[in-house]
Amino acid sequence: MLVYEIMMVAMAAIRANVLRSVLTTLGIIIGVAAVIAMVALGEGAQVRVEQQIQRMGTNVLTIRPGQQYFGGIGRGDTQMSVDDAVALRDDSNGTLEVAPEITSRIQITYARWNTNTQVFGTWPEYFEIYDHKLQAGRFFNQGEVQGRRRVAILGYNIPENLGGQDPAALVGQTIQLRGVPFQVIGVLEEKGDAAWIRPDDQVFIPISTAQYRVFGGRDRINAIYASTATPELLNQAYGEIDRILRRQHRIRPGEEADFNIRNSADLLETFNETNQTFTLLLAGIAGISLLVGGIGIMNIMLVSVTERTREIGVRKALGATRRAIMFQFLIESLSLCVLGGLLGVGAGIGGASLLTRLQQWDTVVAPESIVMALGFSAAVGLFFGLWPAQRAARLDPIVALRYE
Amino acid sequence: MNDVIIRTEGLKKHYVLGAETVRAVRGVDLVIRRGEFVAIMGPSGSGKSTFMNMVGCLDTPTEGRYWLNGQLVSELSDDQLARVRNKEIGFVFQTFNLLPRATALHNVELPLIYAGVGARERRRRAHEKLDLVGLGDRVDHRPPEMSGGQRQRVAIARALVNDPALLLADEPTGNLDSVTSEQTIVLVTHEHDIAAHARRQVHLKDGIIEQDFTNNKVETPVP
Repeated sequence: MLVYEIMMVAMAAIRANVLRSVLTTLGIIIGVAAVIAMVALGEGAQVRVEQQIQRMGTNVLTIRPGQQYFGGIGRGDTQMSVDDAVALRDDSNGTLEVAPEITSRIQITYARWNTNTQVFGTWPEYFEIYDHKLQAGRFFNQGEVQGRRRVAILGYNIPENLGGQDPAALVGQTIQLRGVPFQVIGVLEEKGDAAWIRPDDQVFIPISTAQYRVFGGRDRINAIYASTATPELLNQAYGEIDRILRRQHRIRPGEEADFNIRNSADLLETFNETNQTFTLLLAGIAGISLLVGGIGIMNIMLVSVTERTREIGVRKALGATRRAIMFQFLIESLSLCVLGGLLGVGAGIGGASLLTRLQQWDTVVAPESIVMALGFSAAVGLFFGLWPAQRAARLDPIVALRYE
Repeated sequence: MNDVIIRTEGLKKHYVLGAETVRAVRGVDLVIRRGEFVAIMGPSGSGKSTFMNMVGCLDTPTEGRYWLNGQLVSELSDDQLARVRNKEIGFVFQTFNLLPRATALHNVELPLIYAGVGARERRRRAHEKLDLVGLGDRVDHRPPEMSGGQRQRVAIARALVNDPALLLADEPTGNLDSVTSEQTIVLVTHEHDIAAHARRQVHLKDGIIEQDFTNNKVETPVP
């Protein structure tokens, strides 16, 4: 009951100085808004990364050539060839779906349009591994790979980049990759970005055609992708791939392998960590602004205590204990901060949705961040209100009553 | 003994101001009984304010003992003194010391809030005292909207609301005894004609009692 009375007194004090109260809490408002918006931004990126992992396939392993060291001296990047991919496919007893990749950025032209894009030489299995779907035409087949046929499958954005062609009408047309004519046999559905990989901007051709007709007799491939039926089989696949490639490359057990096997989640983990560091940094900056806001609160509470010295004297003379006075001023600073926190949460949610609308940045306002920000601003109110409240509580009633 | 409200024994108060020690009150022995109306008089610097602060439990003596309504209060802590002030003493300050932003009703309610009285009972008692001082129709006015006399009456209503044993008044200009019933009244004043209302006058000088006499010419309102 006394608590309620004291809260009413504190609220009355805040209402009596609305402008001052709002200005004072501005620091808290901005701090909390920043925390909410920044964490929302971080969360949004997090969710996006998770979606990308899904998109890249949770059951896909990427094998890339790695550095090989010989007596402490790097021998440069080692080679990986289509033969390795063939070995993986043939020796894994059908447990792995395998596709090699050779890639380069080259110019493609169609009629009077041209664009520069990533051309992928690969196997038909690639489309299964990454679950690509066609919106028009067909995939190429292994026979066309064997025959080094000049056939191309276009990513979703390519027709648009070649002068806004109708995808279906492009099928059967001839495009040129670095001057070499190719027949378009299919156009893919939209896939979306997965980290740095943009399948929608790629052109896919048989790997043999890429090696011998476009890239000029390149043996060395960029990567091999291998997928298992389910993500649970990945660990087993690691061992399998390691065994087969070591045999292919004549590396004895115990020696360091000249290739890396990673799964999509691993690849994105680095990205994730960077993202988290960034979020932490932003939250840290926001936290500092909360701290500054807290100092503002302390300042105004000290002013308030001085201004109301006489009132404190009267209250003490009429029987207010130290605790009652302390409580009154603590509640006042706490209410200021929580009020500022609530306004800040509103501003933060508004800011986050504005970022999404104007910048197309993904934001997710996590309920935990709201609770955390409110809790933090309450803590700021208590912490920075404590000293002024103590000063008020310790005032000598006689001195306070005499105060002009 | 039961009818003794105030008893002081060798009450002293010393202040240290720099290198100097100011002996504001130098040993006061005083007994005031229930229902007495006492005026404390004395020139400035006589120590009467300091003495009154101690009587009002706003200050503690350097030396000596003080019983208020049978309780030894000279050795209580700050918070204990706050509770004694709340229950036993009603103050009417010279400048009234009302909270300017609060209504008359809220001002009168204040001591009851710190006494932990419930809201409804509080309102009833505050209304009752405001009626008693003739401000029943001004409960929602704030001090700046009232005249000096009205403010003083709010202050008196506030002093009486918790039914204290002792009423302390600083330079009152109105009649306190018209609204009090069984309270002991101690007032501090310079004015001789105000002091003349009181049956008993205590004159302080240089921190000790110079004169303490009962004025028989004063008529007691109730036989």
